[in-house]
Amino acid sequence: MESYFQSYGVLLGLLVAGVGLVAVAFVAARVIAPHRPSPSKLTTYECGMDPVGEGWSQTQIRYYIYAFLFVIFDVESVFLFPWATAFVRLGMQAVVEMVVFVVILAVGLLYAYRKKVLQWA
Amino acid sequence: MSPVLASIDWTAWLLLIVRVIVIFALVMVYLVLVIWFERKAVADMQTRIGPNRAGPFGVLQTIADGVKLLLKEEIIPETADLPVYLIAPLASAVPALLAFAVIPLGPSVTIAGHTVPFQISDLSVGILWILAMASLAVYGVVLAGWSSGTNYPLIGSVRSSAQMISYEVGMGLGLVAVVLYAGTLTMSGIVAVQARHFGVPGLTWLPKWNLFMQFPAFLIYVVAAFAETNRPPFDLPEAETELVAGYHTEYSGMKFAMFYLAEYMHMITVSSVAVTLFLGGWRGPIFPVVRWLWPLVWFVAKVTVMIFVFIWVRATLPRMRYDKLMAFGWKVMIPIGLVWVLATGGIVALPPAYGAWRAGAIVGFGVLALILLLGPVIRGGPARAPVEAPTRGVSG
Repeated sequence: MESYFQSYGVLLGLLVAGVGLVAVAFVAARVIAPHRPSPSKLTTYECGMDPVGEGWSQTQIRYYIYAFLFVIFDVESVFLFPWATAFVRLGMQAVVEMVVFVVILAVGLLYAYRKKVLQWA
Repeated sequence: MSPVLASIDWTAWLLLIVRVIVIFALVMVYLVLVIWFERKAVADMQTRIGPNRAGPFGVLQTIADGVKLLLKEEIIPETADLPVYLIAPLASAVPALLAFAVIPLGPSVTIAGHTVPFQISDLSVGILWILAMASLAVYGVVLAGWSSGTNYPLIGSVRSSAQMISYEVGMGLGLVAVVLYAGTLTMSGIVAVQARHFGVPGLTWLPKWNLFMQFPAFLIYVVAAFAETNRPPFDLPEAETELVAGYHTEYSGMKFAMFYLAEYMHMITVSSVAVTLFLGGWRGPIFPVVRWLWPLVWFVAKVTVMIFVFIWVRATLPRMRYDKLMAFGWKVMIPIGLVWVLATGGIVALPPAYGAWRAGAIVGFGVLALILLLGPVIRGGPARAPVEAPTRGVSG
């Protein structure tokens, strides 16, 4: 097992290398590729039609609800990970406690289900 | 030499740099081959020839495409939000590379008195790192769609983000079950756990891979992996019949190449994670010829099998409808994942007296899940209308 700083230092180095690689590719394309813009080239692609109106349109509210549900269950799985590594030492009691925790959240999911939040359209 | 410089172990740092470069180069070569392999395999399944001009069997096609994309004019639409537009391909490609860093490609080797792990970094929280990088991948998609300033990419990216976050929960639950069973978060530790063999007479040759012990978790993980990588049948974000090319419609040249690279890099990463967590990682029989190479050979072979599954599914299944996709994620994957995590926890926490029952219970649940899943397939599906058998030759 390597030291803490070494193992994260490598990842930092890899991050820098990855960003560098992408940046080099972009710069190379900038240098090599031709660049002859014209007004019609710079419009966005809408299947050959002239784009009409704002690009940033409104989207369905359901996406927002799913984002909320995601936060709840992702935080739940963040809680599950430390429990998963330690629960053998804590014994059956820890399992029961986690069952209670998960069931409370599962009731929330069931509520969303019954409220037809998970129903698209 | 100053004491600070003298205290640094230069050999260790040199080995570290060499290791990172070697693994990085291996991954890049493999990436090029995977793209070719997919095109060739899909072509075969569709009775086409596929790439066959660049190099023997068209192996160099990917490189030719890369050069072509480099030479293409890059068009940035005037509606684009430039800084975000440039960051998006970066945010897509870099996490894909970083996620691979914790995958062990082989056992530790001793070179010049130093123990060198055959992976870029053996983090103590390897699985969390994988999940974190998978989450960051969503940013590339969202930023690309938003910054293009037009409708199709925006719809594609919003869809994609909802899909990716939904299935990420399922994927996380699948991974928690493995962690529960293995008792460690490090990737090398999870590989070590799978080195054991079954104790049942007649099955002692069979390694105790998590595939057998955690079969429902494996299914959850693989399905979620398809959705996370936006691969068919879950490639809604780039559904070309309705959304042009989805979030990267307005990208061209090298910037498009980065999205393309990221997609295949993600595929390699999720396949490697599946191999490491469920298929015994780099473990396999070691023959007495060039002993150090065999772990890498086994690892690459297993990853290639997983990638073939990805390609096979792509060539076989039609795209899912969006409402069905979300319903499947939230109404099937997540409840099954939660139940399986709790069941695994309960079984693992049983007192040692029930030791022999543990493995049996886990495998039993796995078989039950398999029957429940494959039963309808074999019977032809309960809800489907009976289909007349086509009266065609054997070749059909």
